[in-house]
Amino acid sequence: MRLKHVLLAGVCAVGLSGIAEAKTLKMAYDADPVSLDIHEQLSGGTLQLSHMVCDPLVRWASDLSFEPRLAESWERVNETTVQFNLRSGVKFHSGNTMTADDVVWTFNRLKGSPDFKGIFEPFKAMNKVGDNSVEIVTDGPFPLVMHNATYIFPLDSKFYEGKDEIIKHGDSFASKNISCTGPYTIASREQGVKVEFARNADYWDSNSPGNVEKIVFTPIKESPTRVAALLSGDVDFIAPVPPTDLGRISDDPKTDLITKSGTRIITLQLNQQRVEAFKDPKVRLAIVHAINNEAIVEKIMRGFGTAAAQMSPKGYLGYNDSLKPRFDLDKAKALMAEAGHADGLSVTMMCPNNRYVNDAKICEAASAMLSKINIKVDLTTMPKAQYWPKFDERAADIMMIGWHSDTEDSANFYEFLAMTPNADTGRGQYNSGNYSNADVDAMTEKTLKMTDDVERAKVLQGIEKILYDEAAYVPLHWQDLAWAARKGVNIDAVVNVMNFPYLGDLVIE
Amino acid sequence: MKAPDLAAFLFRRLLQAALVMFVISLVGFSIQDNLGDPLRELVGQSVSEAERDALRDQMGLNDPFLIQYGRFITRAVQGDLGTSYFFKKPALEVILDKFPATFELVLVATCIIIGFSVPLGVYTAIHRDSLITKIIMGFSIIGISVPVFLTAIFAIYIFSVLLGWMPSFGRGDTYALPWGWESGLLTLDGLEHIVLPSIALSSIMLPLFIRLIRAEMMEVLQTEYVKYARAKGLRTRRVRYVHALKNTLIPVVSLGGVKIGTLIAYTILTETVFQWPGMGFLFLEAVNRVDTPLIIAYIIIVGLIFVISNTLVDLIYTWINPTIKFVGGDR
Repeated sequence: MRLKHVLLAGVCAVGLSGIAEAKTLKMAYDADPVSLDIHEQLSGGTLQLSHMVCDPLVRWASDLSFEPRLAESWERVNETTVQFNLRSGVKFHSGNTMTADDVVWTFNRLKGSPDFKGIFEPFKAMNKVGDNSVEIVTDGPFPLVMHNATYIFPLDSKFYEGKDEIIKHGDSFASKNISCTGPYTIASREQGVKVEFARNADYWDSNSPGNVEKIVFTPIKESPTRVAALLSGDVDFIAPVPPTDLGRISDDPKTDLITKSGTRIITLQLNQQRVEAFKDPKVRLAIVHAINNEAIVEKIMRGFGTAAAQMSPKGYLGYNDSLKPRFDLDKAKALMAEAGHADGLSVTMMCPNNRYVNDAKICEAASAMLSKINIKVDLTTMPKAQYWPKFDERAADIMMIGWHSDTEDSANFYEFLAMTPNADTGRGQYNSGNYSNADVDAMTEKTLKMTDDVERAKVLQGIEKILYDEAAYVPLHWQDLAWAARKGVNIDAVVNVMNFPYLGDLVIE
Repeated sequence: MKAPDLAAFLFRRLLQAALVMFVISLVGFSIQDNLGDPLRELVGQSVSEAERDALRDQMGLNDPFLIQYGRFITRAVQGDLGTSYFFKKPALEVILDKFPATFELVLVATCIIIGFSVPLGVYTAIHRDSLITKIIMGFSIIGISVPVFLTAIFAIYIFSVLLGWMPSFGRGDTYALPWGWESGLLTLDGLEHIVLPSIALSSIMLPLFIRLIRAEMMEVLQTEYVKYARAKGLRTRRVRYVHALKNTLIPVVSLGGVKIGTLIAYTILTETVFQWPGMGFLFLEAVNRVDTPLIIAYIIIVGLIFVISNTLVDLIYTWINPTIKFVGGDR
């Protein structure tokens, strides 16, 4: 131990004995939030920040149900209207009291944000119904009102008055200042280096068990350094944890490792426009049968994932229990022969090399597996910055895409990855395979208007089945999530599959 | 050297620098289309292509190359290198904010390199076959062969994780000097934090310099004038450390100055591994985020640093070696 730390510990022990301890959490993620404007970019980083500095109307509980936050209760008034009753007496960091006006103002700002307007598009309006309630009106029946309400983090409309512009690539008041209702305020921020959070003394949620007074957030880009910082005690909590270090962290008596099965699906898409053979479902089925995704999870991901046969992860309405991974080399060969491609094919493949966990290695493995059925793959991997423009161009016959549903609902997967690409509606925007099935299109549109969960689940699962039977794409796995912390920092209780830990409720022993 | 000589030399250098900067900006600007699409990093996954294109239009990214470059160069000559997408501040300001961290790291690494390479180089040249020499030369081979980032990761693992002597990342506490320079060299915590990064950064250049000084020194010790000095009865000590060493250092300075400049390139790796908040780390992040204004500003600033350091080397060179005149100077 460093001398200075010994001295410090001594001083603290003397100085603090008898006083209730103010806990400090030192944490490191791979990147810090891009902006303090929580409406500027729809990303994991923004949502993580939102849950520290703000509160949503409702939030996800660990069983994927909805937990009341700033909305105390809600009720469906009719097919197109849901009313939310707001908690009263909640103060913003500025000292202003939250009212229905703030919530309506926040909603309208979200509708104007380039990143969030897509999610809020089905919502026609939010109306104030008295000082402490609002109602959301949708265009037609819409099943995801509650899902989307998790994105409404009421902001202090008076604080932003006249300075509320959302600017994506330049300076704005909102990108440097924030007034919200959450458990922490921003004490200081040096972008890319450090953010310090201080506990909000007037926090409305007096039932929160959280005892962290101060958070020092440092981005540490390099995974080995991030892990070293935890193991050496320089930080208390890190995420993400690279698969190579999972063993070391769980074996270390001083640290805890928490993993959860994630909701991000990793897939390969087979471009039917570029390769005539991919139009034949038999060839696509052969490819799915040739790729041993369970082996990829075991060997390359080191168990840090769940082999998939569909897009919806377990827990989602669309998850179809009957669909299983189906590696079978003989069958794959037979299918290739049946399709008249026994002597094989020659195709190109492109993958990112710094976007998903082990992305480039997964693609190398997949191309090796495809060579077993005589499909010769010319693989190119590149950093994500170069990959996305290539993806937009549909520059290769097989391309990798991972997807996390912004709404935590199955339909989002089909909307973006499986529906027929249509530039006007934006459907199928990430369907680089150009797979097209009128049934899938119609069923997906239908599920966006159904409000009965039981019936809706049937349709969603039906879509998964069609995609599976037709081998619309190659499902690989759902990437796991991992967090690691020093023992005594009870992150287990606050982390979730959406990967925005509720740090306001964190308890440090 | 006469004052007019110096003025003419500096003027010529200034013209050269301007030309170099111009070429760099042109090259930097023309590769930006291959760096990726900045919009991808600015917006979320489900934003529509039409929406992205509208933003691209608004940012002027859809304009023809010459118009974009013309706009850039007009602003650049007025000292405005563009605004970083990520930091939302002028790119120049962002880079200058990070400059002290990188400068101090390079400074300490340079001190380590000079402080160790001269005595070790001289020692190994004089005691050619001693055991210590063999050990030093052995280590220098390892130092040259192992990449900086690997050295850095090993250093963190051994000294931070296993032994717990050193902090694993970052710059620690800094002390604000009056002219806005945040110095990590003036606090105990800051000094603790700079040890591992500076050693890692010097790990390639130090062995190189030891070998260079050794080779030069051995050559000088064989020359006629050294033999003559000995024969004349001068003390060995004086011959070695005054006459021989002085002549050894002339080529070392000229090569060394240029090599110290390339240390800046190595800071990219070192700073990334140690999460050191300097320019190198900033640059790598900017590349990942396709923050093109910041990338181009960095390339220009580093180009400028190279020009300045090479100019200084030339000046020092003429100063320690009076037989050399400025090339093409007034004779």
